[in-house]
Formats: sequence, C-alpha cells, structure tokens
Amino acid sequence: MNLKCTLYNKTFAFSSVKEVLAKANEPKSGDVLAGVAAVSAEERMAAKLVLSELTVKELRENPSVPYEEDEVTRIIQDDLDMEQYEKFKGMTIGELRDWILSYDATSEMILAASKGFTSEVIAGVAKLMGNLDLMYAASKLEVHAHCNTTIGGRGVFASRLQPNHPTDDLRGVTSSLFEGLSYACGDAVLGLNPAIDTVNSTTDVLKLLYDVRTKYEIPTQICVLSHISTQMKAAQAGAPIDLCFQSIAGSEKALRSFGTSAEMLGDALQMMTELAKSQGPDYMYFETGQASELSSSSHFDTDQQTMESRCYGLARHYHPFLVNTVVGFMGPEYLYDGKQVIRAALEDVFCGKMHGLPMGCDCCYTNHMQADQNDMDNLITIMAAAGCTYVMGLPQGDDVMLMYQSTGFHDSQTVREMLGLHPIREFEQWAEKMGILSNGRLTSRAGDLTIFR
Amino acid sequence: MSRVFTLDGNTDILNCDLTNIPMQEFSERDSDENKEVYEQYKKATPARVGIGHTGSRYHTAAALRFQADQYSAANAVQMEVPERVVKELGLFEVQTKCASKYEMLTRPDLGRLFTEETKKIISERCVHEPDVQIFIGDGLCSPSVEANVPTMYPAICAALEYEGITVGTPFFVRYCRVNTVRTVAELLHPKVTCVLIGERPGLLTSQSMSAYMAYNARYDMLESDYTVVSNISRVGMPPAEAAANIADIIKAMLEQKTSGYGLKY
Repeated sequence: MNLKCTLYNKTFAFSSVKEVLAKANEPKSGDVLAGVAAVSAEERMAAKLVLSELTVKELRENPSVPYEEDEVTRIIQDDLDMEQYEKFKGMTIGELRDWILSYDATSEMILAASKGFTSEVIAGVAKLMGNLDLMYAASKLEVHAHCNTTIGGRGVFASRLQPNHPTDDLRGVTSSLFEGLSYACGDAVLGLNPAIDTVNSTTDVLKLLYDVRTKYEIPTQICVLSHISTQMKAAQAGAPIDLCFQSIAGSEKALRSFGTSAEMLGDALQMMTELAKSQGPDYMYFETGQASELSSSSHFDTDQQTMESRCYGLARHYHPFLVNTVVGFMGPEYLYDGKQVIRAALEDVFCGKMHGLPMGCDCCYTNHMQADQNDMDNLITIMAAAGCTYVMGLPQGDDVMLMYQSTGFHDSQTVREMLGLHPIREFEQWAEKMGILSNGRLTSRAGDLTIFR
Repeated sequence: MSRVFTLDGNTDILNCDLTNIPMQEFSERDSDENKEVYEQYKKATPARVGIGHTGSRYHTAAALRFQADQYSAANAVQMEVPERVVKELGLFEVQTKCASKYEMLTRPDLGRLFTEETKKIISERCVHEPDVQIFIGDGLCSPSVEANVPTMYPAICAALEYEGITVGTPFFVRYCRVNTVRTVAELLHPKVTCVLIGERPGLLTSQSMSAYMAYNARYDMLESDYTVVSNISRVGMPPAEAAANIADIIKAMLEQKTSGYGLKY
C-alpha cells in the first residue's frame, strides 16, 4: 500500500488510510476543529492523489473504527456482498470514480456493485469528485422504497411536510399541516419534530396525523420524530404508527450518545413489522448530518464526511423508507458557510444513493452560520438536479420550533415546475382531485388552508 | 394599489414596522372566503401560514419580512450581554477560554473550558456541593438573558427552596456553551447542574433560551444524559411557566437520581 507521493517538487507521506481520507476531504471547519484536516491546499491535493491509487480492498481492510471495537463497522463489513467485492477489490478509487461516471455503468450495475463497497470506499470516491461529478453520478442512480407509497425513481421530487409548533399545540400543528397539504407537500411523509419528547405527546400528534391522513384519504405516511424508545412505547400502547424514526451516527459510541444502538434499531424494525399501520416492507426513517460524531467526541480521528458515509452503511442494514441528511443544522464549527453546506449536501446525497438509500436532504442553515435563504434556493435546485429523493416543506421554510430555516412549501413546487418533476404519482393524483394541482401547476385554490375543515 | 398584509387590513408597509407585527396577524391571503376559519388557523400558530402565492412564489411583503427577520436573528448571535444586565441580576461574571464571539462560534471545545485562574474564582466564590447548581450563559443569543432570566431564575429558586432543596451560588458565563455544564459540575460537585443559556435564534424571536440539566454531570457523561427545556421566550414557553417545569424536572432528578432518557416526569 503506497501512502506517499511527490507533488509541487515535494514529497508527501501519510501514515494511514484514515489520514489520507481525512486530508483528501474538501475544506470543512469541522475537520479543522477535529485536527484531521489537510494543513494546506497542497497537502489536500497530495492526499487526493494518493487516495486515487488506493484500492477498494485497501480501504475495506482499513476501516475508520476497528471491527472489534465498533458495531457500525461490524454491520458494514458483515453485510458486504462478497461476490461483488471480489469483482471490484483490485480496482483503485480513481478507476472506480471513472467507472461510476462512465456511460457503461448503469444505475442497476452501480447499485449492484455498491453492495460490495464499504462506506469508506464510497466516501473515498466522493472525495475525488467535483460538485458536478457528484450531481451527475447521484442523478444516475434510481433508488426505490415502499411504505404506503413508493418513493424514488426518475422524475419524482417528493417532500416531507414538517408542521412543527413551539409547544406541539394540536391546533397549531393542524394549521401548518393543512397549509402544506394545500401546496401539494407531504408525499414523502407528514412528519413532526416534537418539542416535547413524551409518550403522551407523541401519541396525541400521531393520532392527529393519522386522522388527517385517513379522513382526507391522503396516499402518504405519518411520523412523529421523537426518540425511538418513545415511539416504541407509544406504538406498543396502540398509537397509530407508519414509520419509526431515529437520528443515527457513524460509530457505536456516537449511537450511544443518541441513546440508541444497532440492537435497538433492529428491535424497532421488528416491532414495526407487527404493529405498523402502514404496508411496508420499508418502515424506518433515519436522519443524519455531517459532524454529529465529532460533536459527541466519537469520531475516532475520522473526517466528518467519512463518518457520515458510515451512517448510510448502518442505515442500509434496516432498508429504510426515508433517509435524509440535515445538512446545515450543526452550525459553523462544522460547516462554516453556504459553500461548505452545499458541498456536504452533494457528498451526502451521492453517498446515500450509492448505499442504495432513497436519500433526501434537509436543505437548511442556522442563524449562526455564514449562510442565508439564497444559499438554500441554490441548494434545493442543485439537490433536485442531483436526483435527491425528497426535501423538507415548511411554512416559508421557517421552523418555529427548531429555530432554523429550511425550504418552504412554495420552494418544492417551484423546483418541480422548473425542472419538470412531480410528487409521488398517487399523491399528485390526490392533489389534482382536491383541486390543488392542475397540469403540474398550483391552482387558485392552492395555498388556501380552509379547504380542509 | 398596495396589497393588504395584516388581518386588520393594513397596507402601509413603510410605517408599520413590519417585523413587529405578530406572525399570527401577518396575512397575504388571496381570497376572503371562510374568513373566520382562516383566522382561527392563523391564530393557532406563529408559523408562516396563510401567506398566499404569486405563481409558485411568495408575495413581496412576505418575502421582505422573511429577510428582515433573518437579518435580525443573525444579528442577535453577534451581540454581547451588557455588563449592566449581569449586575442587575446580581451575578458575578466569568469567561470561558474563548477570547471572542468568533472563537466561541468556531471552537466549542474552548467554550466549555475555563482557565485555572477562572476556575479558582468560581471555586472560591461559590457554595460547594449544593443540591442544585444553576448558572447563566449567553450561548448563541445574548438578548435572551435580559428577556427571560429576571423572571425565570427567582421563580426556579423559590420553587426548589420551598421543598428544602439547596441552590448553589449563581453566576454568569460569557462565551458559554451547553457543555460548560460538565466543567462547572466537576468544580462544584452539585447533584444537579443546570445552565440557562441563549439558544440559537430563529426568525420568530431573537430572545429564546433553553435550560440544560443533568444529574451528576461530569466530563464523560453522554449527550443523552441531559434533560432539556427549550423554546423559552415570550412567544414560546413563557419564562414563568418554564420555571415551574424546570423546578419539577430538577425535583424528579433528585428523587430518581438520574437524568436524560432514563428520567420519568
């Protein structure tokens, strides 16, 4: 294994695969904070060169966290399709990048092959790609998942309706819910982030969402994004549940800091097959975001983009219906500005889809970052072009509970119109029946929340 | 002709001070049908609902108001808590290892630590091993301290002391992070440590704060060991109500000797 190269009349030597991966990463404030970033643009380029000549086998055999110490590494390694791995193990990461981008490699071929790639391999390919490479490669991949409806596929740009309220007040949640539905949002999921993480409150909101879904016969799924243990208790006590949510991370230690584990995720999936109101077989909903491992000191000196890719390696074990990166939620210490957020979102959507996941993106920023809504206007359009499966829909993009900004109900419709994209077909037909959409455009009735009463 | 953009028919966008209109009254609806139902929906949430559309986009007043609110929130992050406010609260002030607001935003590792000299000051001026140690931090929203702490802090103390629970010596931490809790706990060894800290501002209010509490907090505790009350502000959970909640949670922690996901309350 060669970890040395000559560039700019200098010799650069790296001590491990992990160091090469970290230093090959595009600039992120979080990697600087973690002390793993390249110290100069020259060193970054040298790392990229070395990475391009490492093989699939070498990356597989050098996981970011040792197999013996970490259940996430064990899941990634044990789930590998060995037949595919054998076919590709001698390929370098540079050759793999070329193959993925080539006309020869179809969506089907890439997704079959990627079952033999560890998350570090997929992360490595992303580090050798420019933004347009990532967009082009991600847009090639067609991923599907099924709960009550089928998400993914070409031409579909879905949205999660996020009707958050500062105190989970049911009337307030209802207002945002009806507003979003009146703009044909919510085909991915009607999903609330609760302000109060209790069984009672989770149950109350689940019942509300379920009643609305059934009363108006909306072809979609519902979810309350409380802690997984809270949802399980609610479901076991009879609360209606379609999707089971949990935030996940790329190491066992980081999962522990979220109060969860691989075993708990498995128990939840098992429970869903018995108790869910939805059809399945894909019942799980995961959220991720670069640097959640670093924020809980459980990154094992790995860069944040590689750790993020490992989240997807964990996620694919549970064949989820939804996975999205909450890309700009963590703050400027991890992604400093709009440019870093856009780069991270592209890496995440590419890596997620490479893992066979129906990858979505919460295009978002906090008010302590150097970013504003114009960056999100750019990002949502870039995401749609990259074949991102779904984005968030909030009233004018403003989350009045989590105190950050994402994308608005209007925004997903705007992007659909510009790029010729559509909601999930059954949902679109429902919106047409309700007189909200006509020929892919909003009607004069759209945006009037009083049509639901 | 100007469009109406409030429920009571305002069209004077230049003189109404746009960002002072509560979101519940901000409206750019295209029709007058079902006006009563519409107003009920509007009143139920501070979210930006019922704002209509032109093509698939926002009307001008809604678009400009959003930008005005976002600027205000971004600005609140950069502001400092004035010394006057710290004095009026009767607190002494210490600073983390961060030298500036910029360093605080990009170096959370320094934002949880104190110099040896600062540790000595805290250790000398504070009661050790109280049942509960409460301190105040600027966090990501300085205006939240003046807006909430004068109501909230005395109410929490009163509720706890009524039950015979001892509350430690309060102080103010500049350039404070949530995890400063760990450092304070290792210095003073309270049973429960609680920080009242400015949370990152949203568009709705630039005055919101959270309480992060942990039983037996220490350097190596998990993030999930915290119990959190968030959205404390005039427009979210009012500070008096938050105080009652926080006191109840602290009592539950002392009884159950745990915090985070294990706590039942």
